[in-house]
Amino acid sequence: MLRLLQLELQKLLLNRASKVLIFISFVLPFFIILLSSIRFNVFNYFTLEVGHYGVFNFPIVWHIVTFFASQFKLFFAIVVVSMVGNEYSNKTIKQNLIDGLSKKEFILSKFYTIIFFSALATLLVFIICLLVGLFYSSIDELHLIFRDTEFLFAYFIKLVGFFSLCLFLGMLVKRSAFALAFLFVLFILEWIIFGILAWKINESTATKIQNFFPLKSMYKLIDQPFQRIAISKAPNGQDFLYDFGVHWYEIAIVMAWTALFIFLSYRLLKKRDL
Amino acid sequence: MEPILTITNLTKKFGYLTAVKDLSFTINKGNVYGILGPNGSGKSTTLGIVLNVVNKTEGSFHWFDGNTTTHDALKKVGAIIERPNFYPYMTAAQNLRLVCRIKGVDRSKIIEKLEVVGLLDRKDHKFSTYSLGMKQRLAIASALLNDPEILILDEPTNGLDPQGIHQIRKIIKDIASKGTTILLASHLLDEVEKVCSHVVVLRKGEKLYSGRVDEMISSHGFFELKAKKHDELIKLLENHTSFGNIKVEDQLITAFLNIPMDAPEFNTLMFEKGIILSHLVKRKESLEEQFLQLTDHTEL
Repeated sequence: MLRLLQLELQKLLLNRASKVLIFISFVLPFFIILLSSIRFNVFNYFTLEVGHYGVFNFPIVWHIVTFFASQFKLFFAIVVVSMVGNEYSNKTIKQNLIDGLSKKEFILSKFYTIIFFSALATLLVFIICLLVGLFYSSIDELHLIFRDTEFLFAYFIKLVGFFSLCLFLGMLVKRSAFALAFLFVLFILEWIIFGILAWKINESTATKIQNFFPLKSMYKLIDQPFQRIAISKAPNGQDFLYDFGVHWYEIAIVMAWTALFIFLSYRLLKKRDL
Repeated sequence: MEPILTITNLTKKFGYLTAVKDLSFTINKGNVYGILGPNGSGKSTTLGIVLNVVNKTEGSFHWFDGNTTTHDALKKVGAIIERPNFYPYMTAAQNLRLVCRIKGVDRSKIIEKLEVVGLLDRKDHKFSTYSLGMKQRLAIASALLNDPEILILDEPTNGLDPQGIHQIRKIIKDIASKGTTILLASHLLDEVEKVCSHVVVLRKGEKLYSGRVDEMISSHGFFELKAKKHDELIKLLENHTSFGNIKVEDQLITAFLNIPMDAPEFNTLMFEKGIILSHLVKRKESLEEQFLQLTDHTEL
């Protein structure tokens, strides 16, 4: 396992483009969130202080930060897609297999890398949350601080699922740019199908079905942060019935997609003549 | 003899096209093999199948004694096919380090093998800055990293300049002289003739011949003749049982032998019949002629 991971890391970290993208996708959110926690003075006119709205309080901080940090996943998605696309365009995938890497190992080395970076991102987000949260919150009881940390787990699962989808698309179309276009098409397609379903049946059934779609199911893991802020601010917030939690079935759906994408990538490579 | 690669009834179809048809042969340790065939005869497809990058349609193959999986066996094989494939943004040494990781070989080999192909002074240059000849030499270094039991080369001199071709051939000969089994696919006959002891001839995916290069055609050679009494000579040759095919081009007569006969014996015979030759050469077919003969015959 370590050998396969090292293999892929060498391919990535020696490439300047992917190095920059990795930096952007993991380090940039770190700084943005740190910066946004600092008080902004907009032309001495008014003071913008995001922390003031309570978004950095425990336990809500886990929810908000993972939600925003996961928006940066698109940068690493480019890395994932290009790490497959490059292998095809340089024909190094052929050479790797000839040199004695099995097709299974080839897919696994990519998958391990996805897990590695997802875990790294999760760890980073955990550190940011803890720092920002401790700075803003007056809560110092451990069990309160670590309440809602399931959002971290959801964040990890979400990243792994999303990157596995990218890996599959990369394997499918072999070219990075087309794979990213496919991702966008899939996004639109999910909404079109939702629209048709809502029109033909009814909206609530359509929503239930849509929650099983790959992109929507990943979004559902960490959703509705704004409603949550609103609730926390409203005097009788508990009356709003918004379901923003992380549920086991949401996790299960995304994990099932992940397994399917990895399996399909392997099947695709096995069947293909290079 | 110890078999390294055994191919049995291998078939590969791309849709309606049959690229390899019911192919069987065995590669034994210690010999230098050539796979010979015109472009599109199925050489690269065959190599692709045994190297795990092309899926076979039917038949089977196994490496060594048949007890190792293909991808484990490939760790004991060195192969380059068609074009050198490396990561352009890595240096030569970094590329080879990656191959070491895949094959599970110690890194210390890198310097040694770069020395063999004469690229040591360029080891920290990016692959993308290399010329085609250097890329091909790097590919050979990479294939040699694991001190392979068999080295597979698919058209290693394709697209190189004369100097590059010479360098590659010299490297191949050096490797062969150290006892490494080599399998060389090529459409260049004189390349195979110069390097190989055994040959497999393919045409349109079918095997026409497999065996030693010098036994490829059971031929006794031919005479090239010229004489003043041109017509008389042709008549005589046509009626003589020792000769088969007779070809005439301008004044030059080519007579193929059915039984062994040397030049003095033939000359005496002619003298007795009163024909004085102005030109007499005895030759054997070159590999090129043998190959053309072989591929022509089966076309009928």
